[in-house]
Amino acid sequence: MNYLKHIGKYFIMLKQVFRKPQKWSVFREVLFREIEDLGLKSMGIIMFISFFVGGVVAIQTAMNIESPFIPKYLIGFAAKRSMILEFAPTFMSIILAGKVGSYIASSIGTMRVTEQIDALEVMGINSLNYLILPKIIAALFFYPLLILLAMFLGILGGYYAGILTDLFYSEDYIYGIQLDFDPYYIKYALTKTVVFAFVIATIPAYHGYYVKGGSLEVGRASTQAVVWTSIVIILLNYFLTQMILG
Amino acid sequence: MIEVTDLYKEFNGVPVLKGISTTFEKGKINMIIGQSGSGKTVFLKCLLGLFVPEKGVICFDGRKHTELSIKQQRQLRKEIGMVFQGGALYDSLTVEENIMFPLKMFTKNQPSEMLDRVNAVLKRVNLENVNKKFPAELSGGMQKRVAIARAIVMNPKYLFCDEPNSGLDPITATVIDNLIQEITKEYQMITIINSHDMNSVMEIGEKIVFLKNGVKAWEGTNKDIFKTENEVVVDFVYSSNLFKKVKEAYLNETK
Repeated sequence: MNYLKHIGKYFIMLKQVFRKPQKWSVFREVLFREIEDLGLKSMGIIMFISFFVGGVVAIQTAMNIESPFIPKYLIGFAAKRSMILEFAPTFMSIILAGKVGSYIASSIGTMRVTEQIDALEVMGINSLNYLILPKIIAALFFYPLLILLAMFLGILGGYYAGILTDLFYSEDYIYGIQLDFDPYYIKYALTKTVVFAFVIATIPAYHGYYVKGGSLEVGRASTQAVVWTSIVIILLNYFLTQMILG
Repeated sequence: MIEVTDLYKEFNGVPVLKGISTTFEKGKINMIIGQSGSGKTVFLKCLLGLFVPEKGVICFDGRKHTELSIKQQRQLRKEIGMVFQGGALYDSLTVEENIMFPLKMFTKNQPSEMLDRVNAVLKRVNLENVNKKFPAELSGGMQKRVAIARAIVMNPKYLFCDEPNSGLDPITATVIDNLIQEITKEYQMITIINSHDMNSVMEIGEKIVFLKNGVKAWEGTNKDIFKTENEVVVDFVYSSNLFKKVKEAYLNETK
């Protein structure tokens, strides 16, 4: 029953979030700040992880191909497919859920326990709209770009892994990544990313906004936010894959 | 005038405010006092509209708070300034941006006009050269002054303060008290302060409402406190030996 209460409260929150901003110039200012905080500041970690994940995928695939009848270009093909379909959109979203989710929950939670949200409300500002809508827009706008970057760097990581380990030839790898390229998979990955971006911005915001107590509760809310965001991403990933590719 | 009639508020079936009625007048410093857990903060938050009471009427100069549309409530809130216990300054904004925030949200002033206003209120609270500092870089007393500056930047009709000098040393607390008193007279506001600091009560409180277990146990002026025989007030005020001595001195003086 408690879960249903939270789900209901979450949707009621969203109703308040999706209102017209009270002042567009202030909204624009906050939006740019959020793009920097949620997007640009996440670029480093995403670039680092995706590059090495791509490398590991290529090495693992190469080491598991023992039969001489399986062509080596399949390494590039497998690295490309796994990066585009799963590692970039889902795995990177889980990383973002941890990094950005905890930041959103703790920053909004701290604002709640230090009465900064009350201060907004007393001024007559719709605090949900002011605090959360720019985060949603920033995530929806920026995360697809981050995921595209992750796809590219993951595939590039696989290429360099081949060069460094001599497990496969770069020509085979390049042939493999060009083989049977279907742009629909990019569309599928970006569709998932947009949904995950929404989840990453809103679930932690919900946990932070409704926190009660002090710093300990803010910490708990932050952990809860990351856990629930990850669970929802994994579940949605399953359903979206069924719906789009099934 | 703010008129409160028969105000009830409960949380999960537990009554916190039980039928409070009182009035707060213009140009006066009104203080809500009482022990911790007596319902002071809930009462203040009901007045501010942060909590919706189960029963009762709150009337701001003839406007019934509970009957206002959302638009009218927003308009009313623009007339309210609030100083929170911890200041509630926005950590990510500088002092200047904190004070300018309500102006940016609710006025169409040019940036230069807004900056002039910010500097004027900062000067009024005796703070200078702090525009570009972040709240974390300021002392507790300075943060309170910035919070007061932010509260008065829109020329409010009503000023609410939740324990404005808690956590401050006695000298800074007196400075903050005096500042609130001066501003109240200057702007002719209705100021309502939630406090359990008896020094403040005696220094600046013109009307005092005493709450006990969610009920108004007593109301009067700071002078009346010395004369009252109300047991609840006597127990609270004279829990400190200092005040027993102050009372004796006061009564000897007025004999």
